[in-house]
Amino acid sequence: MGSLWGRLDDVQTDAGYGSPDEHPPRMGFFTDTSVCIGCKACEVACKEWNEVPDDGYLLTGMSYDNTQELGASTWRHVAFVEKPLDVPVEAPPADLGMPSMGPPDPQGAESGGEGGVRWLMSSDVCKHCTHAACLDVCPTGSLFRTEYGTVVVQPDICNGCGYCVPACPYGVIDLREGDGRAFKCTLCYDRLKEGQTPACAQACPTESIQYGELSELRERADRRLTELHDQGVDVARLYGRDPDDGVGGDGAFFLLLDEPEVYGLPPDPIVTTRDLGSLWRHVGAAAATVAGLGVASFASRRLVPRLLGTALGGRR
Amino acid sequence: MKEQRLVPEPEFESYYGRPILKEPTWKTPDVPLYLFLGGLAGCSAVLAEGAALTDRPDLERVARLAAAGGAAAGTVALIHDLGRPERFLKMLRVFKPTSPLSVGSFILAPFSALSGAAAAAQVTGLLPRLGRVAGSGAALLGPPLATYTAALLANTAVPAWHEAHRELPFVFGGSGAQAAGGLAMLLAPIDQTAPARRMALAGAVVELAAAETILRRHGLVAEPYRTGRPGRLIRLARNCTAVASGITALAGRRSRLLSAVAGATYVAGSLTTRFGIFEAGLASARDPKYTVVPQRERLARQGGGSAKIDG
Ligand code: SF4
Ligand code: SF4
Repeated sequence: MGSLWGRLDDVQTDAGYGSPDEHPPRMGFFTDTSVCIGCKACEVACKEWNEVPDDGYLLTGMSYDNTQELGASTWRHVAFVEKPLDVPVEAPPADLGMPSMGPPDPQGAESGGEGGVRWLMSSDVCKHCTHAACLDVCPTGSLFRTEYGTVVVQPDICNGCGYCVPACPYGVIDLREGDGRAFKCTLCYDRLKEGQTPACAQACPTESIQYGELSELRERADRRLTELHDQGVDVARLYGRDPDDGVGGDGAFFLLLDEPEVYGLPPDPIVTTRDLGSLWRHVGAAAATVAGLGVASFASRRLVPRLLGTALGGRR
Repeated sequence: MKEQRLVPEPEFESYYGRPILKEPTWKTPDVPLYLFLGGLAGCSAVLAEGAALTDRPDLERVARLAAAGGAAAGTVALIHDLGRPERFLKMLRVFKPTSPLSVGSFILAPFSALSGAAAAAQVTGLLPRLGRVAGSGAALLGPPLATYTAALLANTAVPAWHEAHRELPFVFGGSGAQAAGGLAMLLAPIDQTAPARRMALAGAVVELAAAETILRRHGLVAEPYRTGRPGRLIRLARNCTAVASGITALAGRRSRLLSAVAGATYVAGSLTTRFGIFEAGLASARDPKYTVVPQRERLARQGGGSAKIDG
């Protein structure tokens, strides 16, 4: 069992892959949403390569987003946020390195004009957490940590118990309807083993999705953030980059232009297993209380209130 | 930065109001029923052993059957939720202390076997010694069986369950004791059920106190326990428990009928509690408010994180 919480500099070693030179470096994604044009090439490439089945078609009215959310059959999800520009943005849209094609909005897209709309687009994906709750709670061992530090489900072992689903603090993994087993992004485990780039990153025309060694991606992201801040884009921030955050940092992290929750991301996720020790201690104390109640119920009528007093008093 | 905590509905941003977490896929009634049956069976095994030690044969028989029957029915509910029986066996391929479902499977499987053997010996009169040994084993596993289910719910990202991880085991343990005592009050003769009444009463007190603590301590996160359908279920359960406790304390000793009514009400209260807590979790996962607002408040308390931009 690996560590459950806190900073962890080598997930693979922690997961039993030997010393740092015995396994490949940790691989990941850096998704720079400031250059995303919302083309959904990543969604399509992922579906095609991984043979992910169709999961229905629905007009949602949520801007250009009919995909809606990550799920068992959606491993990349491009979010579209249209924010009215009622206040002039403090960040005059500096050159974000976007291709000149603007979103097809009559109001004039992301230009800061009066009554305009500020577009936020972001390709979401499984975060391949350093401390992955889905993996921790999986009772069958179907979810496992790969030699690249990514988190992958093995469908032949998964029993569809669904524990991983509410455990994920980002709401990523889900059971596939009809099939009953859990599926999510594998960070193209099969392609990684062949030394190839994951399908989404390969297909992304603007390099919004960047794939590489996590340590290198983090440096690249830091440089990009400084660059944007220098251009006056103060709203830019990194999400999931910090190895000291509630999940020990994400293997797939992001550069965002607004608060995480605007994109449907939790602002401060914490892996549930952080509290596992406290949880088991309280289960133990409660079990002892029940056993005590049992004994006392037979022993004497006066013993019960006395035992209760200790149990309730001793509980935090 | 605006302090938004005191306004009735906290303001927060979200992606088209969509949930951040995935709603648990566990089915109703399978899983809440399983939570209830685990508590009933586990605490009945304790009751059965006590009855055997203090020579209360009718109480012993009722409790042994409740332990075995509850475990068997609970296993059926669990397997029904999984869809196929062989899927339960996959739970037993590894033991993972980080997964309460794994730990629970390693409690449930031996408990079912032991409580089943004890009940079989009791009913058939065969191998009484072995039956007692099995019964003691079941009594040892009973309290963990009754309380681990709280870890099952709490070890998730669902705010209403996770944040209550200190209190839920006591709610579940107390609720299980109440159900086991209640069922025995319903089915066993009154001159043997004094311990069952005490167990039910004490369990009810533990449950009510722990549940009250959740509401008091957890503010917005505990809101799903108070509002909507889960809120109604939980209030109904609390009333059942209170009424049953009143009858038990006043007339449990004297009237067979009233004792049976109180017992049935205890069982109903325990069952309703599990449905209420289960559904509160679903509601808590569905509304991004319960994910975003407490996390924002935590960030604000830490003074760091990404502050709101509107200055
Ligand atoms: S984002 Fe969710 S599904 Fe992905 S590794 Fe983390 S916990 Fe698991
Ligand atoms: S549904 Fe499958 S992958 Fe998820 S926790 Fe259960 S066995 Fe593991």
